[in-house]
Amino acid sequence: MMTRQNNILEYLENIVDVCPDKVCYANESEEFTFRQVYSCARAIGTFLYRQGHYKKPVVVFMKKHPKMIITFLGVVYAGDYYVPIDEEMPVHRIELIFRNLSPEAVICDETTKDKIRSFNYDKDVYLYDEIIKTTPDDAVLQYVFDKAIDTDPIYVVFTSGSTGVPKGVVACHRSVIDYIESFSDVLGVSPDTVFGNQTPLYVDASLKEIYPTLKFGATAYIIPKELFMFPMKLVEFLNEKKINTICWVVPALTMISGLGVFEKVKPEYLHTIAFGSEVFPMKQFLIWRKTLPDAKFINLYGPTEATGMSCYYTVDREFSEDDVIPIGRPFRNTDIILLNEENKPAGPGEPGEICIRGTSLTLGYYRDFERTNEVFVQNPLNDLYPELIYRTGDIGKYNERGELVFLSRKDHQIKHMGHRIELGEIEAAVGRMNGIINVCCIFDEDKKKIILYYTGDCQKTEVINYAREKLPRYMVPHVVEKLDVMPLTTNGKINRLLLKEKYMNRKKESE
Amino acid sequence: MEQLLRILEELHPEVDFKTSKSLIDDKILDSFDIITLIAEINEEFDVRIPVDEIVPENFNSAESLYRLIQKLQDED
Repeated sequence: MMTRQNNILEYLENIVDVCPDKVCYANESEEFTFRQVYSCARAIGTFLYRQGHYKKPVVVFMKKHPKMIITFLGVVYAGDYYVPIDEEMPVHRIELIFRNLSPEAVICDETTKDKIRSFNYDKDVYLYDEIIKTTPDDAVLQYVFDKAIDTDPIYVVFTSGSTGVPKGVVACHRSVIDYIESFSDVLGVSPDTVFGNQTPLYVDASLKEIYPTLKFGATAYIIPKELFMFPMKLVEFLNEKKINTICWVVPALTMISGLGVFEKVKPEYLHTIAFGSEVFPMKQFLIWRKTLPDAKFINLYGPTEATGMSCYYTVDREFSEDDVIPIGRPFRNTDIILLNEENKPAGPGEPGEICIRGTSLTLGYYRDFERTNEVFVQNPLNDLYPELIYRTGDIGKYNERGELVFLSRKDHQIKHMGHRIELGEIEAAVGRMNGIINVCCIFDEDKKKIILYYTGDCQKTEVINYAREKLPRYMVPHVVEKLDVMPLTTNGKINRLLLKEKYMNRKKESE
Repeated sequence: MEQLLRILEELHPEVDFKTSKSLIDDKILDSFDIITLIAEINEEFDVRIPVDEIVPENFNSAESLYRLIQKLQDED
């Protein structure tokens, strides 16, 4: 009898006997077969459960590597939920996350085990290479599996928060399965799929490679980060590993097309290209399309709060340089409502806030009911029974073809190099520096630069160095400017518009 | 060279670009920096760095990067 899948581990349990010796996850030099993934993950699960970690957050603090994915699965085998942490994240940010989580277990590898000691953390630390030596205990794992329900969490990933405190988005089995099923259909994932992963493993974007690979017995390569600096080598890597499917952030794709790689070398096996996180500059998109005319191009859109991606558009027509690629339509079993300022459905062509309804909604923010309740709210179109929607804060509209189009952000959140950034978080971090009075960040959309203005008694280089220390790399401002006075609006708020105007005028003059 | 050093110092004020010879190998420059550099060099020196010159060896020091720019300017 076919029963409905309730646990993401069923993907692995079902496939391991089908293709035990096929490569499941790999990087440039190491390969892990489905059998290895299965037995290592079960070893980790057994170990954690026996140590008393059950239904708890387990921090995975490792270098980006197939072992990190195996650890995720191991954590779920123990009935816990994984919390991936970027090895390059500044200590300050990690400490904020730890304060929110109060974790009792951290799994490290050889490269991170010393770094963890510099944190303010005194609970258990386990080493991957040690705990995979545990003999899997079938009875224990079966017990955990039988007790699990599909609304149990499987991960917490941290995103940027406007107050400077990162928010931990909690997702459950059901939402991930719901997403993976429809996502795999849209991409056409099969056992022949060879993924080339670009996105970090500490964001939900990596769901796209991790779980479809298990569902279909496909293969996923983690592409070395350094290759994204040297685009020729990157395309050569795609060819060497016969990678045919990629789901990348737009800047990774435009780097290849923008620097003229295709004049020298072309991806030979690539047939499916999904992209998201930012608007694809049309000029660059057309270069890709011309280079790979038979490939399938898919635009993806979605917030972490609704598990991975929520909308997709498969390119099915010619575009010209003035067009914008739509975000299309919601994935199966997801609904999008556009709400205007009166909380009513936006009319045809009218902009409205993109709100999401469905199983894909995550459980909310970890240990933060207040911020959860601000954005996971009762559907204002329904006053008959409880029904949550997630308010993305993104503005969209339907075009004349009935396709959803992304327009802008409602607040100061920006998308930069594939990362979602609250400018407020940068301001909050730099604002803590001694001697700083006021801070304000603006974003130059054209040049993709973050500009930070400040007042106070600090040198520019001190401010830059401080920002580097306290913020992840992608949040460090590109330009730092000292002001004598911070311009304010009549109600006493920093006048961002004025700053932006000034900046743009100055830019025009210098051009 | 002064112009190039200024661009580099704006990216990383904490680095001494006159002496550092392993900007890539020591992970001082990352992909953000490389993209920014290529764009700035294009703008300031009016040269387009061909993609097959975007290799670690050319970005490891200010000197090698400057040599590349000069070579490209001569070719024009």
